Amino acid sequence: MKAAKSDRTANTALKANPGLKRRSFFKLMGGGVIVFFSTWDPLEIMAISAGKKEDQKPDFNAFIRIDENGMVNAFTGKIEMGQGPVTSLVQEVAEELDVRFDQVKLVMGDTDLCPWDDGTWGSTSTRFFGQVFRAAAAEAREILLKLGSEALKVPVDRLEIKDGVITDKTDKNKKVTYGQLAKGKKIEKYLDKKPELKKPADFKIMGKSHYRHDARLKVTGQAKYSGDFHPEGMLYARILRPPAYGARLVSANTSEAEKLPGIRVVRDGDLVAVLHEFRDKVDEAIVKVKGEFSIDEMKVDDKTVFSFMLNSGAKGNTVDQAGDLAKGRSLASKFFSNQYDGSYVAHAPMETHTALAYMEGDRVILHASTQTPYPARDEVAAALKIPPEKVRVIVPFVGGGFGGKSANEQMVEAARLTKLAGKPIMLIWTRKEEFFYDHLRPAAVVKIDSGIDENGRITMWDYHVYFAGDRGADTYYNVPNRRTTAYDEDASIPRVHPFATGPWRAPGNSNNTFSRESQIEIMAAAAGMDPVDFRLKNLTDEKLIAVLKATAGLFGWTPAKGPSGRGYGIAMGTDAGTAVAVIAEVKVSKETGHVQVVRVASAQDMGLCVNPQGTIIQMEGCIIMGLGYALSEEVMFRGRKMNTQSLYSYELPRFSWIPKIDTLILDRQNEPPQGGGEPAIICMGGAIANAIFDATGARLYQMPMTPERVLKALQKT
Amino acid sequence: MIQFELNGKKVEKLLDPDLILIWVLRDQFGLTGTKFGCGEGVCGACTVIIDDEPVRSCQLPVSEVAGKKVLTVEGLEQNEILHPLQKAFIDHDALQCGFCTPGMIMNAYGLLIKNPAPSAKEIQQGMENNLCRCGAHGRIMTAVESASKDMKGGK
Repeated sequence: MKAAKSDRTANTALKANPGLKRRSFFKLMGGGVIVFFSTWDPLEIMAISAGKKEDQKPDFNAFIRIDENGMVNAFTGKIEMGQGPVTSLVQEVAEELDVRFDQVKLVMGDTDLCPWDDGTWGSTSTRFFGQVFRAAAAEAREILLKLGSEALKVPVDRLEIKDGVITDKTDKNKKVTYGQLAKGKKIEKYLDKKPELKKPADFKIMGKSHYRHDARLKVTGQAKYSGDFHPEGMLYARILRPPAYGARLVSANTSEAEKLPGIRVVRDGDLVAVLHEFRDKVDEAIVKVKGEFSIDEMKVDDKTVFSFMLNSGAKGNTVDQAGDLAKGRSLASKFFSNQYDGSYVAHAPMETHTALAYMEGDRVILHASTQTPYPARDEVAAALKIPPEKVRVIVPFVGGGFGGKSANEQMVEAARLTKLAGKPIMLIWTRKEEFFYDHLRPAAVVKIDSGIDENGRITMWDYHVYFAGDRGADTYYNVPNRRTTAYDEDASIPRVHPFATGPWRAPGNSNNTFSRESQIEIMAAAAGMDPVDFRLKNLTDEKLIAVLKATAGLFGWTPAKGPSGRGYGIAMGTDAGTAVAVIAEVKVSKETGHVQVVRVASAQDMGLCVNPQGTIIQMEGCIIMGLGYALSEEVMFRGRKMNTQSLYSYELPRFSWIPKIDTLILDRQNEPPQGGGEPAIICMGGAIANAIFDATGARLYQMPMTPERVLKALQKT
Repeated sequence: MIQFELNGKKVEKLLDPDLILIWVLRDQFGLTGTKFGCGEGVCGACTVIIDDEPVRSCQLPVSEVAGKKVLTVEGLEQNEILHPLQKAFIDHDALQCGFCTPGMIMNAYGLLIKNPAPSAKEIQQGMENNLCRCGAHGRIMTAVESASKDMKGGK
């Protein structure tokens, strides 16, 4: 397998990448066998939407190094926030290199040491990065095999490798370890095409369940998160905050705070902060700082936001169209027109946004909770008006992200403060700040017009999604006459969202799947059909058919038309390339409107599954986190003032909410790997809405389905 | 000067008595396993054991622990042997991001002192006010139940 590219070309490519200076890298790393590879192949580059193409062009920007002790050092810009690449990426490298799990050391999320990376989001770690990581490991194995052949004077085809030891199959005494081969050498290889990867049938480590690699560190309190570092002279910071989002500071009176012993006040334009060695003292001081702000008001609140959105003037963009809607309408015997609303939802990770920033010469070093170390480095550099190489971002363990830590304002703030104060600065956002500055899941509206004929076939489907985004807005069902229109914010219309919005675990897809799957079961009930039968009648997608049947089997579904009184609801869809279905069973209190989800079954087709255990945990996590957006989570606000400020009022799923969960991963080991961290969450709103209908005959058109809204819907039945 | 017992050792420090325990543990003693999640006593990530009671350390001035016994997650491991709760959390893969984990373990520790053989329902009720965002709840309940069985007759 020839995969080497000339040194000169590779060197040019590396120079173009500000994330990695090759010379300094070698100084840091020492010798050994090093395989460079590109984290993106050209086809994937084409699939990436415009924006940061320059940074995303194929570069030899990642590497694996086998050191003189035989340890495999694998470097990745991905980070660990609970979703599990700390385990699955190790499995992939160990498998392809024929070493033990514990012979791989993963170095993650350090912009000085690791390859450039766009960020840990979109379930891309396994789907895209893992694939090339495997290829590099396979290439390294080839190189080591050749070296082994030379060292032992045995032809390659007579050699076998186990646990990093190359042995002559005919004479077991003839052997050499990876470490011995790497010793005193400096071999660089540049991989420009994918070597052959191992076949699933030959897997020893991949495809097998591995428990969390980081568990011991986490149960003993030894795992380090950004807030757990404490350099000499470190000061805690609290920052003066506006009463409303987007408000501008007019004046600040810091005189009372300055009187407090040991408190330092620093100011740079809009940034006013108090600093002290003790966190308690900055908490006391910040309330003494009085600011005057000019508020950029918006006439909208959590009740009116949906009509506000529909009247925004946003222009629709047709993202999918087929057939003729008028024809579809003429073929319909029953017609349905509904609107589905979803509130603003917070990420609410247990660890709030945190950053430690300090100077090292003329460089700013940050230990920070972020999903996007490289983009964050560039943001900090831009804010401080210094070149990106003057900033180093190191990401230790991250205490939950879910998309919310793709936004990095706390890092810019900490970096500005350390420059101002000349001291290491620790900035740990309060829970109130975490809500206020969260890039929320946007509130969204979906309107669907659809029709069915007398045989229960969907004849038309006209789908309009406002401000959720079009991820998961495809029709999926086999509808000849259909259209999907997406309405998003742009410069031509007044501001729609009073707060920052951003990606929230499977962005847009929870709203889209809730809406689509509710409409599907409304039609199934009107057709007098069992919801599984109705779906199967209108589906041709083999992956979706398979996951629906598998989930029905797992749940023990028996056909009945809704509402059956049993409290069963289905939702299905695809996300990050994975097809997934969920069936939920609920109990609804007709007195209080309280919904208890008793049981959930879910099956998914995710292609090759690297770590079944890790996947099951992600599915369970999606199901449990999904209970929140479905039943309780809603950011309350009036204008640009946020009334949700605490976990007292913003209710996350608790122990008493937890249903019995059954999961199934369809055996698709010969298919390409797809996403695992997000898919199952998309179904929770729809499955629960449909289950409430099945239990009571009441239809909920708005998430979250709070007791108040359930009672209201029950009154209409 | 405040004296108390911390993870089995007598400690004394000259401290502003109003400082909040969580920051004293983290900053003065380097015990960063105790996590700041909300600062309002809601999430439970900062739970420590004081004289056998689980307490939210983000709500407690350090003066309150004078003369008492404080146990943090770092104090559970004895001679490199994990506490049965720690072992059970590993064995049942009862964590993801791990940020709530120390508080979960300490709260469960307190629960098992009061009720060494809790039913599933009692575990659920006892853990109810500790929050987890990743959705490890089911596995945490299984881990606590399994640890309670391991610990029977142990201590």
